[in-house]
Amino acid sequence: MEITLDELEIERPAEIKRIVGGFGFQRRIAALGLRVGKIVRKVASEPWRGPIVVEVDGTRVALGRGMAMKIFVEEIGE
Amino acid sequence: MKILLMGNPNVGKSVIFSRLTGTDVIASNYPGTTVEFTKGTMKLSGKRAEVIDVPGTYALEPISKAEEVAVEMLHEGDVVIQVVDATNLERNLYLTLQLIEKKVPLIIALNLWDEAKHIGIKIDVKKLEKLLGVPVVPTVAVTGEGIKELVSRLPHARISAYRSTDHEKWADIGRMIAQVQSVTHRHHTLLEKLGDLSIKPLTGIPLSILVMYLAFQIIRFIGEGLIGYIFEPLFELYTPLVMKISQLLGPGFLHDILIGTLIKGEIDYTQSMGVLTTGLFVPFAMVLPYVFSFYLVLSFVEDCGYLPRLAVLIDNVMHRLGLHGSAIIPMLLGLGCNVPGILATRILETRRQRFIAATLTAICVPCTAMLAVVAGLVGKYGLQGLGMVFITLFIAWVILGVLLDKLLKGESPEIFLEIPPYRIPYWGALLKKLWMRIKYFLKEGVPYVLLGVFIANVLYTLGVIDFVGRIASPVIVGLLGLTKETAAALIIGFLRKDVAVGMLLPLGLTMKQLIIASVVLTMYFPCVATFAIIVRELGVKDMMKSAGVMIVGAILVGSLLNLIL
Repeated sequence: MEITLDELEIERPAEIKRIVGGFGFQRRIAALGLRVGKIVRKVASEPWRGPIVVEVDGTRVALGRGMAMKIFVEEIGE
Repeated sequence: MKILLMGNPNVGKSVIFSRLTGTDVIASNYPGTTVEFTKGTMKLSGKRAEVIDVPGTYALEPISKAEEVAVEMLHEGDVVIQVVDATNLERNLYLTLQLIEKKVPLIIALNLWDEAKHIGIKIDVKKLEKLLGVPVVPTVAVTGEGIKELVSRLPHARISAYRSTDHEKWADIGRMIAQVQSVTHRHHTLLEKLGDLSIKPLTGIPLSILVMYLAFQIIRFIGEGLIGYIFEPLFELYTPLVMKISQLLGPGFLHDILIGTLIKGEIDYTQSMGVLTTGLFVPFAMVLPYVFSFYLVLSFVEDCGYLPRLAVLIDNVMHRLGLHGSAIIPMLLGLGCNVPGILATRILETRRQRFIAATLTAICVPCTAMLAVVAGLVGKYGLQGLGMVFITLFIAWVILGVLLDKLLKGESPEIFLEIPPYRIPYWGALLKKLWMRIKYFLKEGVPYVLLGVFIANVLYTLGVIDFVGRIASPVIVGLLGLTKETAAALIIGFLRKDVAVGMLLPLGLTMKQLIIASVVLTMYFPCVATFAIIVRELGVKDMMKSAGVMIVGAILVGSLLNLIL
């Protein structure tokens, strides 16, 4: 089932299925490894809708909730 | 010949630059340490070549001001050395393919080679060279490994024949990676676990408070220790010499300027106000110890990689001020000296953010030089005095930020930041950085302190300060509850704030007045060095706007303090 990266549970690995948003946005996050087909793990989620932190390709990337809501993932290993 | 050092942020370009040119530049462990280019020279087969350290960029479509600088530089280079993070090859190759597209002669320094090996990443360098069609040299910049080979192969940099279209790039890179890289499965290292713990809110927030508290205590401990055990005793040894000079000069104008006023027939380094007494005591025995201890701690925090984590934890708060978490980095740098702090606002994406961040830094972030003298001034009342100054500035910072966010059109973009792994600071590099920052203070700060003391004395003698004091007295005495002599500090504050605070000492102010004066001196206007950098970064028009906020803010906050305390 597809959920947004915002909704993904902490520590649960998931695969990026779809990214919505403009070309510039897509290109920008792609440069830090957030692309369709990549496996991500959510490391942290800051309170009061602060940013989230994900691990992708062994590096950590922090991004705002608005961005996280444009990235759709599917949980793996259930 | 012009050689450009380009690459993603935080891959070690500045360290390689130092290795190639022998020119020291500041390097840290967070993306965006370098926000403008630095030039240096090196010898290349007997000829002088110019090397340019370019700010990091993920792609050739700039996101921030610092990245804009990087892309503009590209037109100037004859050769590009792309520094690539070997632990993150895939991501870094995107910029490689974009650089290849620009048809510039290219050579790749595959940096952080030791770290890649350590975490189980193997890269077939020969194959990568063949696929990309440009030379690839593994390097470990911090130890210097591979730098010689990089230099010797620099003449072989070439324009690759590789072509790929924009939407094919990632697929192409994927295929390349499959051929050249193998990763052995590994467990998360201890540092990695610590890194994650310090970013999860439940553990990260208490940890951040602990880090801030420890940083503050260590800075104070080292600063006070240096003053009490080294610098004050040194000045005691110096006293007989100044007394001799004082006797030789006899009373008169020259004595007033060089030695100042004798307090009960003795020299009082904090009150005499002569160039050779207070003029030397303020920069060396009051400020320098704190400049040392502040930058020692800051450099450590920078190099281990803590700052981006702090940025994420504080992101929420910064959004209320029209900024995002990354803006905490310029503010912290501003605590050392506002000039590099304001320069670092270039890591922010929009002009609106840069205006807010620069204005808030200039108004509410006191620099170490000034704080050191404030500490010396209100220190006798214990931590209470310094605490009041800090709390007031913090509240003003929040309120002003919220107001600016409401008043200025536009919104603030979300944080989007790579969090580097924790690294154990490399002491050689850290100490070199510390020395560079101290040298900057000695060269750019100390002469202005001496000049400040000199000018203050001349202005007193000419009666200028008395005149301004009388004119400004409705505000200074009426609203702020200070004495009219503090006008002198406000005039000199434009030159150097530490001298300005130092000038308050002989005035015999109460603690309340000292707190108000310290706050007002922080806020009312930037010192001339900061002023110049704001004009450069924001332009004259925005500087005027910013200055308006400062003057009004300082009078408001000062008057309020006068009413409340």
